[in-house]
Amino acid sequence: MASRIVAKKLEKRFGHIHAVRGIDLEVPAGQVLGFLGPNGAGKSTTMRMITGFLEPTSGTVELEGISLADDPIAAKRTFGYLPEGAPAYPDMTVEEFLAFIAQARGFRGRDAKDRVERSIGRVNLQGVRKQAFETLSKGYKRRTGLAQALLHDPGILILDEPTDGLDPNQKFEVRELIKELGGDRAIVLSTHILEEVEAVCTRAIVINKGQIMFDGTPAEMEARAPREVTKNRMDHVFRMITTGDVADAKGGRR
Amino acid sequence: MSQKIASNAPSTITTGIEMSAAKRISVVFRREFRSYFQTPLAAVFLVIFLFLAGFFTFNMGNFYERNNSDLRPFFEFHPWLYVFLVPAVSMRLWAEERRTGTIELIMTLPFGVSDLVVGKFLAAWAFTTLALSLTFPVWITVSWLGNPDHGTIVVAYLASALLGGAFLAVGSFVSALTKNQVIAFVLCAVACFVLLLAGFPAVLDYLRGWAPRGVVEGLASTSAFSHYDSMMRGVIDLRDLLYFLLVIAAFLVINVFTIDWKKSD
Repeated sequence: MASRIVAKKLEKRFGHIHAVRGIDLEVPAGQVLGFLGPNGAGKSTTMRMITGFLEPTSGTVELEGISLADDPIAAKRTFGYLPEGAPAYPDMTVEEFLAFIAQARGFRGRDAKDRVERSIGRVNLQGVRKQAFETLSKGYKRRTGLAQALLHDPGILILDEPTDGLDPNQKFEVRELIKELGGDRAIVLSTHILEEVEAVCTRAIVINKGQIMFDGTPAEMEARAPREVTKNRMDHVFRMITTGDVADAKGGRR
Repeated sequence: MSQKIASNAPSTITTGIEMSAAKRISVVFRREFRSYFQTPLAAVFLVIFLFLAGFFTFNMGNFYERNNSDLRPFFEFHPWLYVFLVPAVSMRLWAEERRTGTIELIMTLPFGVSDLVVGKFLAAWAFTTLALSLTFPVWITVSWLGNPDHGTIVVAYLASALLGGAFLAVGSFVSALTKNQVIAFVLCAVACFVLLLAGFPAVLDYLRGWAPRGVVEGLASTSAFSHYDSMMRGVIDLRDLLYFLLVIAAFLVINVFTIDWKKSD
C-alpha cells in the first residue's frame, strides 16, 4: 500500500533562520513514527508544514495521495492533528467543542452526536464533558485535544507531544490507545520521552537543526549506543546524535 | 482515569465529509456567533450600545425640542458610537485565536482561509446588527409621537448596518495583525475614526483652503461619513451602497492575505 504521508524535500526559512533543511518523509499505514529532537530542532515546524498550517518555503506534502498545495481542504480532511499545547476555545465546554469539531468535519445530526460520544468514550472525558475547557487540568486538556483529533477516525494522526503534562497513568493509557490505533493508520508523534518511543513506536526519526540525523527502528537506535553504556541507552544515543560530544559505538557521527 | 481507555467501536478509517463553501462558512459563523454569548461581552455590549444610543438621541440630540418627527438625532450619533463600540467586537476576532493557539486548530481543519474570514466577519456583523435592531423602540416612539417617513428610517437603518459592517471589516483586518486585543482595539478605533473624519465638513473646509480641489473631492468620496450622511437622510444612491460593499470586500480580502502572512507569529 502506498504511504499515507509523503513529504519531499521540505524546507522552511523564517527570515534568516533556516529552521527545516530538506526533510524527506514517507509514512505508510501501520507505522507509528516517533519524531525526536531537541527543542528548536524543527519538529513542530515540520509537523506544521505537513498539516498545512505553515507553507513550506520549498518542497511538497501529499496526504493519502492528495497534494496539500493543490487541494488543501481535501488534504485536511484526511488527518487528525493535535497541535502543540492542545489548544481549544477556553469558554466552550468539552462537549460543545467536540460538537464544533464534528460539524467542521461535515457530520450532522445523529451522526455528529455519535461521533462526539465515541470520542468522549475513547479518551475518557465523561467526567468533564460539561466543563469549560479553560477549567480543565493539563491532562484533560490534552485528552480533549486527542478526542478532537480522533473524532473523524482519520487514517493519519499527527500528534505534537500527546503525553506532555500527563501523569504516569494517563501516559500509559494514551500510549495504549496509540498502539491500538496504530494498526491501519499512519501516526506521527513528537515527544521528548525516549522510553515512549520504545513503548509505542515502530520507527524513530531524530532531527537536529532541521535535518534528519537518524532514521530507523527504536531497536536500531538503541543498538547504536556503546556496549559499556548499560542504563538509559536511548538517551545516550539521542545525545550522541544531537550534540556529537558523546562516544559513538561506531566511532563518529553519522 | 483509572479504567482502560475504551475502544468501543470498530476503528474504520474515514475522512471527514466534503462540504460546500456555504456550509463551511455556516459552521464557522455559528461557532463565532455563539461565542459572543458565552462571555459577558454580548450583554455588556448590548446594554452599553442601547444606553448610549438612547442617551445621545434624547439628551444630546434634542430629540423632543426639534419638534420634528424623524430619527435624525438618533442616526447622527451612530458613526461616533461605532468608532469605539465596533472595535470592542472586532478586536477578538483573530487576536484571540492567536493568543489561545486555536488558530493552528482552525487552520488545519478542512476550511479555507476565506471561509474563516467570511464566517467570522458575518458573525460579528450579525451581532452588531442585532444590537442595532434592538433600538426599534426608538422607531416606535417616534411613530407614536408623530408621523415620520418610514422609508427614510428604513434606509437610515440600512446605512447604519452597512457602516457597522465596514468598520467591522476594518476591525477584523486589524485584529489579524496582532495577538494583543488592546492594540487591536486602539488601532481599529483610530482607523475607523480616520475613515469617518476624512469626509467631515470641518476637515474638508480646512483642506479646501490649500489643497487642490481634486484631492479634496477624492478624499471626501473615500470617507464613510459622506456616504453615511446622504443615506441617513433617506437618499438611496447605488454609489453609496457600492461604497460600503467595496470597503467590506476590500478589507476582507486584505484580511485573508494578512492571516496567511502573520498566522505563525
